[in-house]
Amino acid sequence: MLVVGELINSTRKAIAQALEQRDKAYLQDLARCQVESGAQIIDVNAAAGGNEVDNMKWLVEIVQEAVEVPLCVDSPNALAMEAGLSMCREKAMLNSITAENRRWNELLPVVQKYRPRVIALCMGDGAMPETTLDRLREAEKLVPGLVAAGIPLEDIYLDPLIKPLGVNTQFAMEAIESTRALRQEYPGVHIICGLSNVSYGLPERRLLNRAFMVMAISAGMDAFIMDPLDQPMMSLLAAAKALVGQDEYCLEYISGVRAGKFKAG
Amino acid sequence: MSVLEDIKQAVINGNPPKVKEFTEKALAGGLNPNDVINEGLIGGMSIIGVKFKNNEVYVPEVLIAARAMHAGMGVIKPLLAGGDIQSKGTFVIGTVKGDLHDIGKNLVIMMLEGAGFKVIDLGIDVPTEKFVQAIKEHKPQIVGLSALLTTTMTQMKSTVEELKPYRNSIKVMIGGAPVTERFAEEIGADAYAPDAATAVEIATELLAS
Repeated sequence: MLVVGELINSTRKAIAQALEQRDKAYLQDLARCQVESGAQIIDVNAAAGGNEVDNMKWLVEIVQEAVEVPLCVDSPNALAMEAGLSMCREKAMLNSITAENRRWNELLPVVQKYRPRVIALCMGDGAMPETTLDRLREAEKLVPGLVAAGIPLEDIYLDPLIKPLGVNTQFAMEAIESTRALRQEYPGVHIICGLSNVSYGLPERRLLNRAFMVMAISAGMDAFIMDPLDQPMMSLLAAAKALVGQDEYCLEYISGVRAGKFKAG
Repeated sequence: MSVLEDIKQAVINGNPPKVKEFTEKALAGGLNPNDVINEGLIGGMSIIGVKFKNNEVYVPEVLIAARAMHAGMGVIKPLLAGGDIQSKGTFVIGTVKGDLHDIGKNLVIMMLEGAGFKVIDLGIDVPTEKFVQAIKEHKPQIVGLSALLTTTMTQMKSTVEELKPYRNSIKVMIGGAPVTERFAEEIGADAYAPDAATAVEIATELLAS
């Protein structure tokens, strides 16, 4: 179960400001906190506010100074992606490619050059995916395409795309059913999502995020871009991981509870 | 309680049968259809809009209220000459080329319609030519551009530039998750709206200016 810490994202106001003011201490501290809370990869997004390439380079540099874990370079822009990946010490994660022609063609050379772990959104040209079949159709292009580009299955992270439940009450189950189908079709790949989309427009969002995470894990999702400082969420993740049989002898769960990391309330 | 007040309340409560019933009653009682729309149906939706902005109601409740409002509109439309409802203004909207997101845009449309705007929805992945065509055809006062990706913000910029020849007659508003007030200023848009409820307020101000 992989946790990608989502907090260093320039679409959040505090981060955009910290980027602009080159507030190194704040950003490094945020990276450290996320790792201490259990994030195994730190997402870095510098897209908002212009100068994305320079901001990305700076961000990668200072975050790497602070933490040992790999980074997840987050941008739809091939130039910023390349700039970020070129500075990563170790194998990074690319967030994200899609089956949209233009984005695929722009990012593929970057994928081939750096061979990162790749988050691939199950969407192509035309429209956002609606059904499980829509997502499977895009995955049919993405998975073989990435494998042909030299990315092994275990480095591919398919994202079924989560849409807000508040807009349509079928959206969460649509994503869960898609996860189940992708898991069945591609047992060797990982399935990831940005958790918080599901709760957009609804109150007590973290409650929905938590419930959705458990459902997604039971459908075969095994990676999350999330807020690792949400301790109840991290506790629930450890419990769900044990429950789906991915924590041998429940040892991670037990030791985490002993260390005071995982709590019921 | 007056029948207009009843309509308003039924919209707020999201009750389509009641909205329909009270709307019929209002019309049977000789009230002007446009008053029924503006004071009853839109009156209810604007209260929902304010509550939405203040986080007192949530997206599904806004959807339910909009559905209730449409139940009333359905009663009134056939009665109006040419089926035309007197609108507050015309608003052309679309997600810019290269961007397939529509959820945010659709929320904005719902709120605008709820506030009495006539909205022309060009959909997603909309090239500049299509905006231009819609401007010529529908003569809107406002054009709204949506983008959910940082890469398509570049497209937003070029669309705003290409709309320059029409800027005498239209105002341009932009929005979407990565978009900011500063970006709006940089690319020369008239306004930026951070959310659907604010979009209505700003559109209303733009009409007045």
